Amino acid sequence: MSGLASAAHPGLAAADPTLASFDHQPWWLVTIKVLFVFLFLMLMTLFAIWAERRVIGRMQQRPGPNRAGPFGLLQSLLDGIKLPLKEDIVPTHVDKLLFWLAPAISVIPAFVSFAIIPFGPEVSIFGVQTPLQLADLPVAVLLVLAMSSMAVYGIVLAGWASGSPYPLLGGLRASAQVISYEIAMGLSFVAVFLYSGSLSTTAIVAKQSGANTEFHLFGAILHWPSWYAVLLFPSFVIYVITMVGETNRLPFDLPEGEGELVGGFHTEYSSLKFALFYLGEYINMTTVAGLASTLFLGGWRAPWPISVWPDANTGWYPLLWFLTKVLLVLFFFVWLRGTLPRIRYDQLMRFGWKVLIPVSLVWILVIATIRVWRTHGGSPAVYTVAGLLVVALLTLLFMGDAAAQRRAQAAEEAAAQAGLPVRPGGTAGEPGPAGGGPGFPVPPMDLPHYHGVGVDVSPSEITPEESGESRATTKEVTGA
Amino acid sequence: MLSLYVPILVLAGLAAVFAIFSLGLGAFTGPKRWNRAKLEAYECGIEPTQQPGSSRFPVKYYLTAMLFILFDIEIVFLYPWAVAYDNLGAFGLVEMVLFIVTVLVAYAYVWRRGGLEWD
Repeated sequence: MSGLASAAHPGLAAADPTLASFDHQPWWLVTIKVLFVFLFLMLMTLFAIWAERRVIGRMQQRPGPNRAGPFGLLQSLLDGIKLPLKEDIVPTHVDKLLFWLAPAISVIPAFVSFAIIPFGPEVSIFGVQTPLQLADLPVAVLLVLAMSSMAVYGIVLAGWASGSPYPLLGGLRASAQVISYEIAMGLSFVAVFLYSGSLSTTAIVAKQSGANTEFHLFGAILHWPSWYAVLLFPSFVIYVITMVGETNRLPFDLPEGEGELVGGFHTEYSSLKFALFYLGEYINMTTVAGLASTLFLGGWRAPWPISVWPDANTGWYPLLWFLTKVLLVLFFFVWLRGTLPRIRYDQLMRFGWKVLIPVSLVWILVIATIRVWRTHGGSPAVYTVAGLLVVALLTLLFMGDAAAQRRAQAAEEAAAQAGLPVRPGGTAGEPGPAGGGPGFPVPPMDLPHYHGVGVDVSPSEITPEESGESRATTKEVTGA
Repeated sequence: MLSLYVPILVLAGLAAVFAIFSLGLGAFTGPKRWNRAKLEAYECGIEPTQQPGSSRFPVKYYLTAMLFILFDIEIVFLYPWAVAYDNLGAFGLVEMVLFIVTVLVAYAYVWRRGGLEWD
C-alpha cells in the first residue's frame, strides 16, 4: 500500500501517524521525548535570545553581542548563569505567596502547550516505531488555547502581587490584551478545522500533505496549494497578527512598554524569577511559531522544490524542515521588532475588537458557504438569504460606528465654539483643575518631598525596633 | 484514551519541578544586601504611594473580561461545528449563520453603547 502510494506520489509518501500511534507508548520512550521537548525548548530560548540580539543589532547597524564565544553564541548561556548570582529582591509590601507563585504559573503552561506540536513522521527509536511528537489529542489545538489562557494568570497575579502601580497596570494591560487577541486567534483556527475536520495536530498536518489535489494543465500534473496558509490566506494573516499580540511582542508589547511602564508586570522581579518570565515569553514564541508551521505551513512536510526528492518526507529529515519553518517564523518576530514602532493601547484594543473579530466571523461564514457549495451544491436561495443577512448586519454596524463618530465630532465642535477645552478623547470636558492648565492634570508643584520633607524615614513607616536594633545589626548597603 | 494525556502530564511535572527548583535556587545563590530603598516599590525614584493589596483599577478591564467570556464560548461552539461540518451540509451552514447573526446582534449592541471604546 505504501509502496504503491510512494510510486504514484514520490514526494508525498510518509508514514502518517494517527491518534492510535500515541496510545500506550512505552515509559522509556515517553521519558526520552519529554526530555527532548524540555531541552529543545531551553536551547531554543537560549538560541532565540542570542539570535534576536544579533539580528536586531544588524538591523540597527551595530554588532550586537560578540564577545562570549564564537559570534557571541555563549552570551545567553552566560546570562543564564549570571542571573542566579544576582540578588533575589522581594520588596516588603508584596503579597509573598502570589509573588513567588506567579513566575511558575506563567512558565509551566508554556512548556505544556508545546507537547502537541509534531516534529516529524513515524521513525524508529531503539526499534520502536513512534511518531516524532510527544503527544496528540483529539482536542490538541484546544490544549494550546487553554494553556495560553492559564499563562494569563501568571502575568496578572505577578502584576497584582507586586503591589505597586507599574506592575499592576502592566499586568492588567497584558491580561486584557491576551484575552482580546485570543478571541481572534480562536476564530482564525475555525477555518482550519473546517478544512481538516479534526483538532488533532497529526491529522491537520496529514490533510496538508497535498494528496489528491493534482489537476492537469496542458498535460502537466500540477497540485492545488495544499498549505492552509495559501488556501486559507485571510485566516493565516489573522493568526500571524494575533500570535504577535498573544506573545506580547512588538508592535504589541504594551504590557512592558519601557517608556511608560518600566518593565510592566515584572518590574519588581529580579534574579531567577525574572528569568522564568523571560523563559516563558520565549517558549511561547516558539510554541506559536510551531503552531503556525503545523496549522498553516504544512507542518514537518518539505515545501515544494524539496518535496520532489523522494526521501524528503521520511525518516529524520522532516525535523530539518520543521526547524527551518519555526526559525523563519521566529525571524519574522525579530523583523517586526526591528521595523515597527509600538502602537498605542487604544489602537491595539480597537484593532483587536473592531477589526479582527468581525473580519474573522465574516471570513468563517464565507469559507463555510464555499465549502458547502463545493461539496453539496444546494439551492441558491439559501446562500442569497444568508449573504443578505450578513451584509445587512455589517452595514448596520458600520452605520452605528459612523453615527457615533459624527456625534463625537459634533460635540467637539460645539465645545470649541463655546471656548471650552477639549479632551483628546473627543468629548468636551469641564475646564481643568484650578491652576492645572487647560484640561491636563498637573500635580501640585510643592509636594512635601520636593523640599526634602518626608524623604527621610517618616515616623509612621518605621517601627522602633526596625529603626533601633535591625539597623544596628544589619548594615545598610547603599550605592555611596 | 486517557493514556494520551500521560506524556503531557509528565511534561507538566518536569516543568513544575524545574520552576520550583529555579525559584528555590534563586533564593539561595544570590547575595543578600539589606537596603531600605531597594525593598520599596520601584516608582522611578519618586516616593512610592502606599498601595494596599487590592488597589483599584479601571472597571473597563472587567468589561473586557466579560466580553471575552461571551466570545470565547461562541468560539467553543464553533469548533465542534467546524469538525462535523462536512456531514451537516447546508443545514449546518444555515444553523451557524443564525447563531453568528445572534452573536453579532450582541456585538453590535456592545459596540453601539461604547463598550469597545478605550480612552
